[in-house]
Amino acid sequence: MSVKIDETLIVECETGNYHTFCPISCVSWLYQKIEDSFFLVVGTKTCGYFLQNALGVMIFAEPRYAMAELEEGDISAQLNDYEGLKKLCIRIRKDRDPSVIIWIGTCTTEIIKMDLEGMAPKLEWEIGIPILVARANGLDYAFTQGEDTVLAAMAHRCPEPEFSVRERKQTIQHFLTFHSRKKEELVEYANHPSLVLFGSLPSNVASQLNLELKRQSIKVSGWLPAQRYTDLPSLGDGVYVCGVHPFLSRTATTLIRREKCQLVAAPFPIGPDGTRAWIEKICPVFGVEPQGLEEREERVWENLKDYLDLVHGKSVFFMGDNLLEISLARFLIRCGMIVHEIGIPYMDRRYQTAELSLLQDTCIKMCVPIPRIVEKPDNSNQIRRIRELQPDLAITGMAHANPLEARGISTKWSVEFTFAQIHGFANARDVLELVTRPLRRQKNLEDLGRTTLVRKE
Amino acid sequence: MYAGPAHIGTLRVASSFKNVHAIMHAPLGDDYFNVMRSMLERERDFTAATASIVDRHVLARGSQERVVDNILRKDKEEHPDLIILTPTCTSSILQEDLQNFVNRASIISDSDVIFADVDHYQVNEIQAADRTLEQVVRYYLDRCHRQEKWDQFLTDAPSVNIIGIFTLGFHNQHDCRELRRLLRDLDIEINQIIPEGGSVEDLKSLPKAWFNLIPYREVGLMTAVYLNKEYGMPYISIAPMGAVDMAEWIRQIQKNVNTLTLSSSNKRVDYEPYIDGQTRFVSQAAWFSRSIDCQNLTGKETVVFGDTTHAASITKILVREMGIRVSCAGTYCKHDAEWFKEQIQGFCDEILITDDHAEVGDMIAHMEPSAIFGTQMERHIGKRLDIPCGVISAPVHIQNFPLGYRPFLGYEGTNQIADLIYNSFALGMEDHLLDIFGGHDTKEIISKSISTDIDLIWNPESRIELSKIPRFAREKVERNTEKFARQKGIETITVEVMYAAKEASNT
Repeated sequence: MSVKIDETLIVECETGNYHTFCPISCVSWLYQKIEDSFFLVVGTKTCGYFLQNALGVMIFAEPRYAMAELEEGDISAQLNDYEGLKKLCIRIRKDRDPSVIIWIGTCTTEIIKMDLEGMAPKLEWEIGIPILVARANGLDYAFTQGEDTVLAAMAHRCPEPEFSVRERKQTIQHFLTFHSRKKEELVEYANHPSLVLFGSLPSNVASQLNLELKRQSIKVSGWLPAQRYTDLPSLGDGVYVCGVHPFLSRTATTLIRREKCQLVAAPFPIGPDGTRAWIEKICPVFGVEPQGLEEREERVWENLKDYLDLVHGKSVFFMGDNLLEISLARFLIRCGMIVHEIGIPYMDRRYQTAELSLLQDTCIKMCVPIPRIVEKPDNSNQIRRIRELQPDLAITGMAHANPLEARGISTKWSVEFTFAQIHGFANARDVLELVTRPLRRQKNLEDLGRTTLVRKE
Repeated sequence: MYAGPAHIGTLRVASSFKNVHAIMHAPLGDDYFNVMRSMLERERDFTAATASIVDRHVLARGSQERVVDNILRKDKEEHPDLIILTPTCTSSILQEDLQNFVNRASIISDSDVIFADVDHYQVNEIQAADRTLEQVVRYYLDRCHRQEKWDQFLTDAPSVNIIGIFTLGFHNQHDCRELRRLLRDLDIEINQIIPEGGSVEDLKSLPKAWFNLIPYREVGLMTAVYLNKEYGMPYISIAPMGAVDMAEWIRQIQKNVNTLTLSSSNKRVDYEPYIDGQTRFVSQAAWFSRSIDCQNLTGKETVVFGDTTHAASITKILVREMGIRVSCAGTYCKHDAEWFKEQIQGFCDEILITDDHAEVGDMIAHMEPSAIFGTQMERHIGKRLDIPCGVISAPVHIQNFPLGYRPFLGYEGTNQIADLIYNSFALGMEDHLLDIFGGHDTKEIISKSISTDIDLIWNPESRIELSKIPRFAREKVERNTEKFARQKGIETITVEVMYAAKEASNT
């Protein structure tokens, strides 16, 4: 019996009334990633309240971020923005001595048209610390896109490659003749133009991915962002770049247009299928034949067997808030789950091309129809659909998680996927650990009955 | 930040009423309130607050039909009694005529629609909540007045309104239950509790109550003052927290009931026996503070910080009811500082009015109290300085929404507070044993990493002596001794110097 499969990919668009985190939340993971940075959020009490509550106790750990709280005088231009920011930045320099200060522009700076980009170079020159400006505001962006704006700003600060491609080849030959240690290295890696990966990942996950490519004798010459601002990778003509997160479309555009890099369009290394496809897209660019990937993927799947049994045939509904949705849905479909809907804040079809076609292939392979993709979803419509579909799992923000649980719908809080380690072969288990947690909990409590805990509506 | 932005206050009031929907005029991500309500309060229902998203297009062309459409859509979908359009910091500076949208929408919609009259740059969360509550009450009473559907008669039996119990309030749900119980004991009916669980349709019968109770002065006082001015309703704004204030609160109720009871009847109430019985036997707190356990707390130093109601009440309880010294009491409610100062005058050595948590932290570090009673902020400061902290006020954390019954008000509240205070100090016997045996940790102090000067030398004996001092007091002794030595120009610290320093600091 054949299953009729709808092979076309349709992206719908709703009203955009959905819940997500403000993009300034990127500060919380980026300040930890870039060790010598300082983030200054130029905004109001509302922004501060969000950071304080969303990031919980971190505010007391003397983090390397602060708020420049705009007051009425700033808004009505009674105070001098430049002098105010200068005073703050001098204090930051004195207390913290960071290698870079990153100004996060917010809705308010947008509306009052505070010229952060204009002030930054002037102040940078005056105080002698690089100042980057990222407009991570809720008017334009959702949640993880905040990182995108920061990395796009940072891309401009990456140094030019020291030598042009041709010169570098010559230098390598030069090394070949004189230094035996370099020779070993060259045996280890294929001779290829430099590859820079972009997207912020915990350092151990980044080195896992480096190692994964090293097995294919591909050398990762740097990451954007690096562990320290002072270690930013060289970018320029002839440098290949590849993203690890689905939400970095601005960064990708900047790298292509401004930095003249070559983008390797690949699916994202989330799940063993994604990781394999990611490597397989990178290898041919450097003329490398991928080795042993099939067996490696197979082993990971075998290792996931206990979890796969749990999720097989279960249905999921993504309400959408962090742009990881397409990749996660693709992985879960491959795991044997049925995806009802993929809500997503913003869908860049060009940057996600490879991921979307992998989704399509996966659906065909697993004999399931392609789920509807809903850009800028409308939460109240979605909740209506969830009630009709009664999925086994809704992946949603915290605002809806408890109310849905009380109505007998298992939920997984979507923000956890942003903070968990989900990239590469080694971390596929972590994704399923998250996805199955509500299912396992439900199993544990099954005998108690009482799955709905609200009065009749 | 102690108090949040204004729109949070409005949303807290709106989402406390039944069947009231708030629509925020806000950019993406400003609906974080829903997360807090859903997570902290573990709310089972969807929070009745949505955003009318302000995005790039709105910035360019104005909200145009969007706000009106969103209001009408909610009206159709959920049929709320009232829709409150809530401005945020963003809409405050966009200066769109939101009132106009409200006027237009209210003509078409079945629900009532109002625009919350709060300015982000003028008021904070607490003030906004107070204002919004008053605004809603005023709206419904005015309308009722206009329509002359007026029922002016008071209830037959004595009755009250409780004003100011609402969502995300510090232990509000438990306090509310405790107040209900108290009033039942006193044979007083509850006319209405607002805003929590109240219906806006019922607001018109607010004036039927004999008088109003305002348990927390932060939110509800404006409403009470309004009802007093317009309808002559008396109100009691004492927080019934701690045995002494409890008694005063009940006496005021008695006074109000007796004034309003018709003079002809001889049904005057006398609550004195009730107060006496409750204070001595139902509440354990009065007995507890006389028990020998509590003796050890005498003269211990503490710091209190919180909202005005809780900080003032706890300060008075510590001093008046438990004999504990309050070195500094403070509040972040700058707008109500005068009242606060007046209340705790004479109960503490210093008063601190600030909303800067760094300033509070510095004060605590400087005072080195044995325990702190403050907000979540102070709990974290205490953690860092290794000083125990009991949480007595918002801002709150999920721990402050306990499942068990933990009121701060009423007689049960006095028990809870006594437990909280007692458990925050190192327990009496433990304290002694630490003194006698030199503490739990027998690790010697090898380096003096804490002290900054290197010119002072502790001789071996004095170092051993220092190690015998319980850990929680060791730093303080070390610092005092060094300060003393420096003043006297002593270079080597001996045991003698240590005790001389101790004597000097005692005088």
